[in-house]
Amino acid sequence: MSTFNTFKSTAYPLPVENIDTDQIIPARFLKATNREGFGENLFRDWRFRKDGSVNSEFVLNQEKYSGSILVAGHNFGCGSSREHAAWALKDFGFNVIVSSFFADIFKGNALNNHVLPIQVSPEFLTKLLQSIQKNPNTQIEVNLEAQTIAFEDEKASFEINSYKKMCLQKGYDDIDFLVSNLSKIEAFEQQHIY
Amino acid sequence: MKKTLFDKVWDTHVVDSIPDGPQILYIDKHLIHEVTSPQAFNELKKRNIPVFRPQQIVATADHNTPTENQHLPVKDELSRNQLQQLQQNCDEHNIELYALGHQYNGIVHVMAPELGITQPGMTLVCGDSHTSTHGAFGAIAFGIGTSQVAQVFASQSLLLTKPKKMRITVNGSLQKNVLPKDVILYIISQLGTDSGTEHFIEFAGDVFENMSMEGRMTVCNMSIEMGARGGMIAPDETTFNYIKGRKFAPKGTDFDTKVAYWKTLQSDAGAEFDKEYFFDAADISPMITFGTNPGMGISLNEHIPSKNDANLEKSLQYMNFEKGASLIGQKVNYVFIGSCTNSRIEDFRVAANYVKGKQKAPNINAWLVPGSQLVVKQIEEEGLDKIFEAAGFKLRQPGCSACLAMNDDKIPDGEYCVSTSNRNFEGRQGQGSRTLLASPLVAAATAIAGKIVDVNVPILEEV
Repeated sequence: MSTFNTFKSTAYPLPVENIDTDQIIPARFLKATNREGFGENLFRDWRFRKDGSVNSEFVLNQEKYSGSILVAGHNFGCGSSREHAAWALKDFGFNVIVSSFFADIFKGNALNNHVLPIQVSPEFLTKLLQSIQKNPNTQIEVNLEAQTIAFEDEKASFEINSYKKMCLQKGYDDIDFLVSNLSKIEAFEQQHIY
Repeated sequence: MKKTLFDKVWDTHVVDSIPDGPQILYIDKHLIHEVTSPQAFNELKKRNIPVFRPQQIVATADHNTPTENQHLPVKDELSRNQLQQLQQNCDEHNIELYALGHQYNGIVHVMAPELGITQPGMTLVCGDSHTSTHGAFGAIAFGIGTSQVAQVFASQSLLLTKPKKMRITVNGSLQKNVLPKDVILYIISQLGTDSGTEHFIEFAGDVFENMSMEGRMTVCNMSIEMGARGGMIAPDETTFNYIKGRKFAPKGTDFDTKVAYWKTLQSDAGAEFDKEYFFDAADISPMITFGTNPGMGISLNEHIPSKNDANLEKSLQYMNFEKGASLIGQKVNYVFIGSCTNSRIEDFRVAANYVKGKQKAPNINAWLVPGSQLVVKQIEEEGLDKIFEAAGFKLRQPGCSACLAMNDDKIPDGEYCVSTSNRNFEGRQGQGSRTLLASPLVAAATAIAGKIVDVNVPILEEV
């Protein structure tokens, strides 16, 4: 896995609340058996009209916006546990999702794919969305070590548990860690009721 | 220290705690299906890691399976490939698989409880958010992503931060025609779709104590629709009686020992919760949703809210409903009775009891999809299939079906569907489909009337 530290990018603004994983990647695209290529169908039914033509009103189709950060409304990623949602966002090119609130399973899935969910206050989110909409070239700086996100004169800190932070910074994942603990797990099984 | 039910189960599964980090939580049972497991098996293969405890995994095919002609090869090539990969992966790793056509095949959250796989005090996971269903037994059960499926394959454990605790108490007696589905739709409509995030819920009070296991499963199933990872109900005699005698239930003295332990799985008096809510059963009426998330629900005789709210407006635009409107009389052409929320025998009994002696409305396409082969068998044994046939309905074969419309069971663009499933998101039941979530009773009544009717008002012949 790639490592993650500080970077600057422009962003796409998507001020919609309760964006569920069925919108991020509709179920009819979950038939693949590998992790690649889901970006093509990210927000499929918002990006494309029913006749297959491009919906030029949707933010991902507006040329003025760019970058590897998605800024979205409250309760991003609710609904299904499909990790395909995180794969689609990553495959499309997003490294960071900013929202005022994330659904639990999505947050975990994102971190497991080294996509950083940054939770900010509703006020900070509003200001950020307005700045990007006013000036699509707004540069946003994310510093994982300092746990800060900044743009123009605004700066906020965000929470991440130190273990997950280390995983992102060093490119580790949970499988490595768990497998290195198999002897403890076996010892636990000896005294466990089930 | 006084402990909640959740604490008791969680704490007995902690293998180790990382300072200032997550805990290693041991997982007793791992359920898998064809859609969220292939990438996890590939990950193990890539890293050359074996499956650590294959005997603690049970597999079924459900998400992407046809609900007609299951004896024939699956037509859709990608779906067929997913099913073949599941078969190959299970063969290769010695995992028990209830494939299409197997006598135990069914929706993962219907199959495991009815076989006695789900038991109180266990931890149970599956790559599906509705794994919360199994919390009805007093188990910690929750949905996981595919990376975590791989982690459980590799270590029978997960790295997790202990969630916060919430208790929702509903006391009193439910009114006539109010089903478990109405109870959970009501709670979500009151608290919102993000209210449970970062929490595990315990459902307590008279209403849940008096509820059947199947009703409790319906309630816990939809905990995730409040954002909670899971919901739990303390195990009691109803739970023990349900489990006793099932295929994988403990037998003989082992059963008695387990029951003695299960009886300890209750929140201690005075145990603290991070959040507590109380509701009165008398306030709950038959429910229906009008919007594009499960929190957008009203009682059948209420009107759609009129407040100024961009999210409400976006939702109503998609649904083609007006603010302040009533849904009574709304024409509907599709009815779906099925899904891990409402596809068990009690759900079909409710529907059969309503449609008995009546006729399906001519405009209605009704898809009745039992949750498992065992449910199908029970329906036939009780003669419910005959009642449905006489009323103009046809039963389909088990699977997730039109709940997520991965297979051919898709609601057409622009059509309304009164559905006993769990999600009314945009396009959930097919591109452009418009879902109204309700109980099996409301769904059955819609199928007879061809439009939404108040189940508390007897049907009168139209003049």
